[in-house]
Amino acid sequence: MKLQEADAKSLLVAQGLPVPVWEVANTAPEARAAAERFLADGADKVVIKAQVLIGGRGKAGGVKLAASGAEAEAVAGQILGMDIKGMTVHKVLVGPAADIVKEFYLAAVLDRAERGILLMGSAEGGVEIERVAETNPEAIVRLHAHPLLGLQDFAARELAFAMGLGAHLKAAVAIAKGLVTTMKAYDADLVEINPLAIVREAGPDGTTVERLVCLDAKITLDDSALARHAGLEDLRDPDEEAPEDKEAREAGLTFIKLDGTIGCMVNGAGLAMATMDLVKRAGGQPANFLDIGGGARADKVAAAMQLILADPKVNAILVNIFGGITRGDEVAQGLIEARAQQTRDVPMVVRIVGTNATEAAALLEEARFQTAGSLDEAAAKAVEASRAAGTVGTVA
Amino acid sequence: MSILVGRDTRLVVQGITGREGGFHARASLEYGTNVVAGVTPGKGGQRALDGAVPVFDTVAEAVRETGANTSLIFVPAAGAPDAVMEAAESGIATIFCITEGIPALDMIAAVEVVRARGARLIGPNCPGATSPGRAKVGIIPGSIHLEGRVGVVSRSGTLTYEAVQAMTDAGVGQSTCVGIGGDPIIGTTFLDVLQLFAADDETDAIVLIGEIGGAAEETAAAWAGEHLVDVPKVAFIAGRTAPEGKRMGHAGAIISGGAGTAASKVDALEAAGFRVAGSPTELPGLLRDAGYRG
Repeated sequence: MKLQEADAKSLLVAQGLPVPVWEVANTAPEARAAAERFLADGADKVVIKAQVLIGGRGKAGGVKLAASGAEAEAVAGQILGMDIKGMTVHKVLVGPAADIVKEFYLAAVLDRAERGILLMGSAEGGVEIERVAETNPEAIVRLHAHPLLGLQDFAARELAFAMGLGAHLKAAVAIAKGLVTTMKAYDADLVEINPLAIVREAGPDGTTVERLVCLDAKITLDDSALARHAGLEDLRDPDEEAPEDKEAREAGLTFIKLDGTIGCMVNGAGLAMATMDLVKRAGGQPANFLDIGGGARADKVAAAMQLILADPKVNAILVNIFGGITRGDEVAQGLIEARAQQTRDVPMVVRIVGTNATEAAALLEEARFQTAGSLDEAAAKAVEASRAAGTVGTVA
Repeated sequence: MSILVGRDTRLVVQGITGREGGFHARASLEYGTNVVAGVTPGKGGQRALDGAVPVFDTVAEAVRETGANTSLIFVPAAGAPDAVMEAAESGIATIFCITEGIPALDMIAAVEVVRARGARLIGPNCPGATSPGRAKVGIIPGSIHLEGRVGVVSRSGTLTYEAVQAMTDAGVGQSTCVGIGGDPIIGTTFLDVLQLFAADDETDAIVLIGEIGGAAEETAAAWAGEHLVDVPKVAFIAGRTAPEGKRMGHAGAIISGGAGTAASKVDALEAAGFRVAGSPTELPGLLRDAGYRG
């Protein structure tokens, strides 16, 4: 689950990391009021940032400065409702504009290959790190947190020195360790600060001081761990989730809508992908990826069927179940129940093999389902059924 | 001799009194696996599987009393990393964790504890391993296998069954089939399993079943290209039709920034001498094309 910048920043603040103040506004007048408060507190300008779960907001015109309340209202009015790479902006973050001396990049990320937490830092902040990785890989410092002890002080110092943050060593070490602490506190896959910045701020008696702060924040949470963190589920942004995604998530299904005509219901992610591949190979277009997971029973099967049928483009359904921990007869029972409640009649090809396949076959035969032996055969039959039903998706 | 599981496997099932644990422990036993013990804290002294298997409170006790050397874990996600560490600390050499949905960061510590103890973890979120005719540890249906000399390694569960069934239907038997699991943090990689197969005198050919995301297939392919030159090698990669940026169920299965695509994996495998199938059913034919005569 991806968090909005403002929510990510709240988690960083809760872990003691330095983040400049901000407010979230849902309307242009709210943005104006927030801007006026920051301007009254001494800010020269405010920054207004679109809150969308996608990178490249700045380039898309979703981040702008304003010098007055009126200007903030006008700018927020432009940004709210804006479409950024298919995402509509529903709220903006408003904060004092930072006086940036230098920008850095710092992130803690789950490293699958090394089976640990990888820290990545760079003195080239504020730009897409993927581009830095391509054009100037030496500019990225990489080191791992200890698998049991987390990020040790010496490792954090090494990272800070290598990033050129020697002058802000104490703050840099605290932030690097804070990223790992944040990751562990909320079971995040990614905590990314881009930019981490040295900013000039007003100090005591009219002086200026330089401070290292987290100007932006991106956090991705591990969905498998959400259940053990009270409150994090509330940070899920309802505006960012399509209704079918929500329905799938609540039913414990993994569902991704695609453009084709053949609805697929499969157990297991790898087999679900292979089934899609074979549908395409047989000349059809899959309408979705749908993994009912291991050990799915009748209720999940019924929920999966509803999701598939909710897509009006679906004109044939391919059910491919290879029972292991999932028992074929329970899926067959689920299909029979789901069909009884089905609101529209769509041809279905069912293949159930593996655990309790014999019992499943008997149930399916009695209920007169169209069945298939091999996966290739099932894909071919589904494509044929889809073609017969009218439009088959054009092959790209 | 097969790899990971075989005739000398002495299996303890952690979570044997649960629904899944009981069902699959029984299937393993019926397959001929030497299931010596079960563990469920608080149910020590009972017997499971119609009295055939003693249940202990701790893995340490099971090891002491029965000489268990392999563990199969069906403990729910919240307790599974602890079950893995308990097995490692109790002297179990080979640990299979079937449990899915374990928070990734929990597994970092568990993998480290397993490594420090010199044990091996397969999974989590994996289907286990079967050495046909010898032993089955996990949830792979026993009926799909045929004894033979092809080693199968896969990141998926059910897709593995699909591939193995296709091989068996074509008369191509297997030495050992291993599902390494689809989670981001797993104990044993494609490369680890290829190295085990390379050292196994009963494995003459390799089938690798991969999927989009990450670079584990590429890493394994590079090693195989150098060290398994004369071994017939075939592969299947799932996810050719997957759109970029969408996570296809497995935490690992995502294409991001053009990396981890099916095309990149197919290219790496073909460059290393693998023949890559367009459907799992083509695997046995490709093995023969590659010179496998088993």
